[in-house]
Amino acid sequence: MADAPSVQDPTTQQTPLLSMQGISKNFPGVKANDSVEFEVRAGEVHALLGENGAGKTTLMNILYGLYQPDAGEIRYRGEVVTFRSPRDAIACGLGLVAQHFHLARRHTVAENIALGLANTPFIFPTRALRERLRELGNHYGLGVNPDARVWQLSPGERQRVEILKALIQGAEILILDEPTSVLTPQEAEALFQVVEQMTSESRAVIFISHKLDEVMRIADTISILRKGAVVGRLKRRDANPARLAELMVGRTIAPPERTSDGLRDRIVLELKGVWVRGDRGVDALKEASFRLQSGEILGVAGVAGNGQAELIEILTGLRQPSRGQILLDGEDITPLGVRGLFEAGVAHIPEDRNHVGIVPGMSVAENLVMRQYRYPPFARGALLDQKQVTRFARSSIDQYDIATPSKDTPSRLLSGGNVQKVILARELSGDPKLVVASHPTYGLDVSAAALTHELMLSQRARGAGVLLVSEDLDELMQLSNRILVLFAGQVMGTVDVEEATSETLGMMMAGAPQEAALGATTDA
Amino acid sequence: MLERFGIRLVPRLAAPAYVVFLISLGAIIAAIIVTGFIFWAYGVNPFSAYAIIAERTLFNGRGFSEVVRKSVPLLLAGVGLVLAFRAQFWNIGAEGQILAGAVGASGVALFVPLPPPLAIPAMFLAGFIAGALWGFLPAILKIRLGVNEIITTLMMNYIALYIVRWLINGPWKGESVVGFSYSDLFDRAIWLPTIGTTRLHWPTLLLGLLLAAFIAFLINRMRLGFEVRMIGEGPAAARYAGVNFLTTTLILVSLAAGAAGLAGVGEVAGIHHRLVEPNSISLGFGYTAIIVALLARGSPLAAILTALFMGWVFASGDVMKVALRLPFQITGVINGLVLLFIICSEPLLRYRIERIGSRASAVESETGPA
Repeated sequence: MADAPSVQDPTTQQTPLLSMQGISKNFPGVKANDSVEFEVRAGEVHALLGENGAGKTTLMNILYGLYQPDAGEIRYRGEVVTFRSPRDAIACGLGLVAQHFHLARRHTVAENIALGLANTPFIFPTRALRERLRELGNHYGLGVNPDARVWQLSPGERQRVEILKALIQGAEILILDEPTSVLTPQEAEALFQVVEQMTSESRAVIFISHKLDEVMRIADTISILRKGAVVGRLKRRDANPARLAELMVGRTIAPPERTSDGLRDRIVLELKGVWVRGDRGVDALKEASFRLQSGEILGVAGVAGNGQAELIEILTGLRQPSRGQILLDGEDITPLGVRGLFEAGVAHIPEDRNHVGIVPGMSVAENLVMRQYRYPPFARGALLDQKQVTRFARSSIDQYDIATPSKDTPSRLLSGGNVQKVILARELSGDPKLVVASHPTYGLDVSAAALTHELMLSQRARGAGVLLVSEDLDELMQLSNRILVLFAGQVMGTVDVEEATSETLGMMMAGAPQEAALGATTDA
Repeated sequence: MLERFGIRLVPRLAAPAYVVFLISLGAIIAAIIVTGFIFWAYGVNPFSAYAIIAERTLFNGRGFSEVVRKSVPLLLAGVGLVLAFRAQFWNIGAEGQILAGAVGASGVALFVPLPPPLAIPAMFLAGFIAGALWGFLPAILKIRLGVNEIITTLMMNYIALYIVRWLINGPWKGESVVGFSYSDLFDRAIWLPTIGTTRLHWPTLLLGLLLAAFIAFLINRMRLGFEVRMIGEGPAAARYAGVNFLTTTLILVSLAAGAAGLAGVGEVAGIHHRLVEPNSISLGFGYTAIIVALLARGSPLAAILTALFMGWVFASGDVMKVALRLPFQITGVINGLVLLFIICSEPLLRYRIERIGSRASAVESETGPA
């Protein structure tokens, strides 16, 4: 990588703990990794920054022995090594905390950790382990009850279990793949402290992320990956978010312009004392009441699993509330199903865009009319008017700049950003009164996320009400007028964006009432 | 492991139609070759056996009419299954639906005095409705209670079978029939017309071809077909889009099961001219129709070809029995082998086989100049 700035830092002039040289890996039609150079030294946090699909995970899967590279070599303390499986990688002191945890849900923490160890005794497998677990837990501040069953743990606690597992296996180099996506800001901060403690003991951490602020907070060295190749390597002190974003995307990204709010002349959505029963029979929403005005974006914050999914489902007709009332423009829409709500003017941008938002095997054109096909002009009696479908598809592909070989291409062949464009084109085409968006930029690359943000803002400017559920607090604070916080199915309060800080929101997300949270953070 | 042989599997994005056709053809040829070994094990030269079969089924007018005759019920039931399978509704109950259709037609033929021009359409209508009713219960159970339709449709087959047995031994047993279990003959005026002296009842064949064309149109051009495909290919997305699973499933299952019912009408009104033993009405057409539908891979028009092929297998069974003195049950073996090879060929639709050497050099020449 000739254009990558070389790092000359006297404090790190030693053999890297681990280095990858000239790593290439091809998948059909894709160069996932192209002559990648990557190294990590003892005592440093090396961040691997890149958009989704840039090749970060492929590179780490090669490092962890899950894939074999087509070319290139891995050196551990200067010696060439071949990792045929994760077992070889673990033997060289590597530990991976994957984005999706690999834990047996019905087993206890200690049992899960014993499973991954080579020398676990046949009987009483966890006895010897407990003391070690307690020691490590205290040392790093990773306290977890060894007898708790995994299904009882929060995502943050599960992540601690994964980290403990790697440490007990003797990890000197810990790979954290998008570790903060399941954490509250406070939990993320606690994780950063664990990371700092580890590096202070000469362990190394590879930190994979696409969030710039995190990388700026924790990394010593930052490698930026774009389209499978390293496009830059910087020391943190030489880096700034704008420069990193530019390297990551390959062009300058302007922050979304804060367009003017729409006319706030009426209440678009009102919930009055709504209770919802979740899948497990417990109340997922408890007496939720709030109002959303026209020309306003109401953000909904909360750690995953605190009632956001059920809130979206009742607003889009996928679930019925057990008690309470939902009003759209003053009209009771509580009993309406999916079709009724769509007809009433509710657009839905679903969280799982690849399985809910589109039918992967059907064409782009068909997916563009997946909600409207029942109504004229697309429906002519029992028939579908192919000409109208084609016309709508052509204009949507143009207007939203959807990158697809043709309107007849199966949607599963589109990238995540283009799938989201298909969904946005479809949902926003009828000028909806209410837009319900669930994690609309999750996993999107920077440019697709920027487009999604622009569209949310233009919906607001047009006078629609937008309900935006997201786990990304920066996104919520950037777009919303007000932010509502859900905790354990209850509305903890609604904060004006001018007063909101990540500390306040974080405390409310952890169950503190609004007054207490606001008081605590203004005192501090 | 494959690398040892110098090949590897590479995922395909989408298999082109000609590849699908060639792979399906390959599965059929493989089944025919393996069956040859069975002939050989019986002491029959497989080459001469196939020569005799070909001569008597393909190069002989009457023989070929038998191939087509046997493919008619397979086409009707198979096209229905293509539709059901597109919605991932795994109807294993075409056999029972054929029998239900046969009962419906027999009821009209035996007990409703109508002038012949009305009686024949009435028989088809009754058979369609009876078949559709037979599919209704599993459809409702699946959508309302989540009961697996594979089990319910299969069980409904046995209920239909015993109802037919009860009818021909009990209330519908023919007055003029002594010592056998079947109903009276239908009035000769309402026997389905045949082509020349063959046993090919053309009205049913015509219905099958029309139905194949209609189902193709439905799947590709109608709102209902759009909903069927959404339910089949993305149930979560279909729910999100507001598709009504109950009505859509009931309509599509009625169509599919009704089509199988029409096949039953053809067998009793066109061939037996009375309600007979269930195993005589259908030689397992309902089960073989599953192979017809799977081999057609979701295309109603392709089912015309695959029904003809499976009809040929059945007609060959007759030749084996008569000319080669082999058991007719060998057809079951061929059916099973075809199904086995189709399932085995699925990975080839999703992966290409590549020689490692050729690929590697291609990549080098691509990346070389850069």
